[in-house]
Amino acid sequence: MCLGIPGKVVEIRDEGPLRMALVDFGGVRKEACLAYLPEVQLDDYVIVHVGFAISQLDEDEAMKTLEILRMLDPEGMEMELGSLAEESPTAGPGSGSPAAAPPTASATGAA
Amino acid sequence: MKYIDEYRDAPLARRLVTEIHRITTRPWALMEVCGGQTHTLVKQGIDEALPAGVRMIHGPGCPVCVTPLEQIDKALVIAARPDVIFTSYGDMLRVPGSTTDLLSLKARGADVRTVYSPLDAVRIAAANPDRQVVFFAIGFETTAPANAMAVWQAARLGLDNFTVLVSHVLVPPAMSAILESPTCQVQGFLAAGHVCAVMGWTEYEPIAEKYHVPIVITGFEPLDLLEGILMAIRQLESGRAEVENQYARAVKREGNLQAQETVFRVFEVGDRKWRGIGMIPASGYHLRPEFARFDAEARFEVGTITTAEHPACIAGEILQGTKTPLDCTAYGVLCSPRKPLGAPMVSSEGVCAAYHAAGRGLAAPGAVPIYELKRIER
Repeated sequence: MCLGIPGKVVEIRDEGPLRMALVDFGGVRKEACLAYLPEVQLDDYVIVHVGFAISQLDEDEAMKTLEILRMLDPEGMEMELGSLAEESPTAGPGSGSPAAAPPTASATGAA
Repeated sequence: MKYIDEYRDAPLARRLVTEIHRITTRPWALMEVCGGQTHTLVKQGIDEALPAGVRMIHGPGCPVCVTPLEQIDKALVIAARPDVIFTSYGDMLRVPGSTTDLLSLKARGADVRTVYSPLDAVRIAAANPDRQVVFFAIGFETTAPANAMAVWQAARLGLDNFTVLVSHVLVPPAMSAILESPTCQVQGFLAAGHVCAVMGWTEYEPIAEKYHVPIVITGFEPLDLLEGILMAIRQLESGRAEVENQYARAVKREGNLQAQETVFRVFEVGDRKWRGIGMIPASGYHLRPEFARFDAEARFEVGTITTAEHPACIAGEILQGTKTPLDCTAYGVLCSPRKPLGAPMVSSEGVCAAYHAAGRGLAAPGAVPIYELKRIER
């Protein structure tokens, strides 16, 4: 029940005192109550939990996060990693995809 | 889908993994609090792609799993009454009580209905004035605004046939309880993004300071989790212990103030028992006295409840992060999603279900587990 994902508001109507929306999740449409996001407009993206929109997605912040991630320079890191991997016992190969990487060994680094 | 696909980009994920490897100089143990995050970590193999020695400990963030057995047994007693329509989120139906579960009760004729939103339960009550409609109000801070609004709506409509069986728990007190434990191994947290979308993160600042642990509010997509891990390890490597927000597109420091206002109109903070963990002071919500007439525990006599967990189930230790499903002798043999012994195998957010869905420790789905081999490897 906690697996909220972002959806697009495609319809808004009033049900008694409650503002309700129809939210599109990639083709699946669900009803959501907008009582906690009174500013939301059509075409906005919201996160819905158990029939209630609890958060409106902030496009500027979303872009910023992606920009930061894209700024990670793969070539520079691969080179640096190559030298680190030889020195550091904890630095793994780090070049594979998550699915292809070897299992993590048990840590002993408890506080 | 917007806001989802771009956070599942495989080349970017590889870059993040590389960067995590590059900055990590020693072993660290991080806890992801939310069961949704556990599921993505395990499904995508993110925890296995981390540097040797960096370990993800799965926290007690599955609401279904931490709902105490007593509350489930009470739900079963109430749902068995012929005058009751018992309504619940779907995840709860197969959670084992001491003797049975809600789904089995339904198969034997009880009127148990799954609702998507608690407002559906209010609608059922309005449409069935001659029946008692009970809603199982469980969950963390993410479901509290919805559950509070259901009570508020029932009050506004003057419904006298609607009650809630409340079993609400809160994340920050559980984090403190974990950090207070003498066996605590957690050095940093990925905090649950959607809990913070509701409550903000001011409650986490004193925890980061008092226990000197980094807390990174983190989203649910693979890139979110990798960036959250990167941010937490950066803090640990540099000796910082701050609250940082990886999930800025959905979470503001103050949270959702309208939601908080309704939650605190209807609920007040009190002690709560957690399944597998025990009593944690001030760790949940109870109805405020002015809403006492909506309390199912007061309306229905449930008698003496004697609870019994399955002897083979180690859900308590798994929920506290001291063991994994691979340490459980019942995992994959006696216990599977089709025949769960404990709550973490039932819920889509449970650790055992996440491991099982990913085939961890199973030779093939549904086959004999190879957990003993895994244990040797580790």
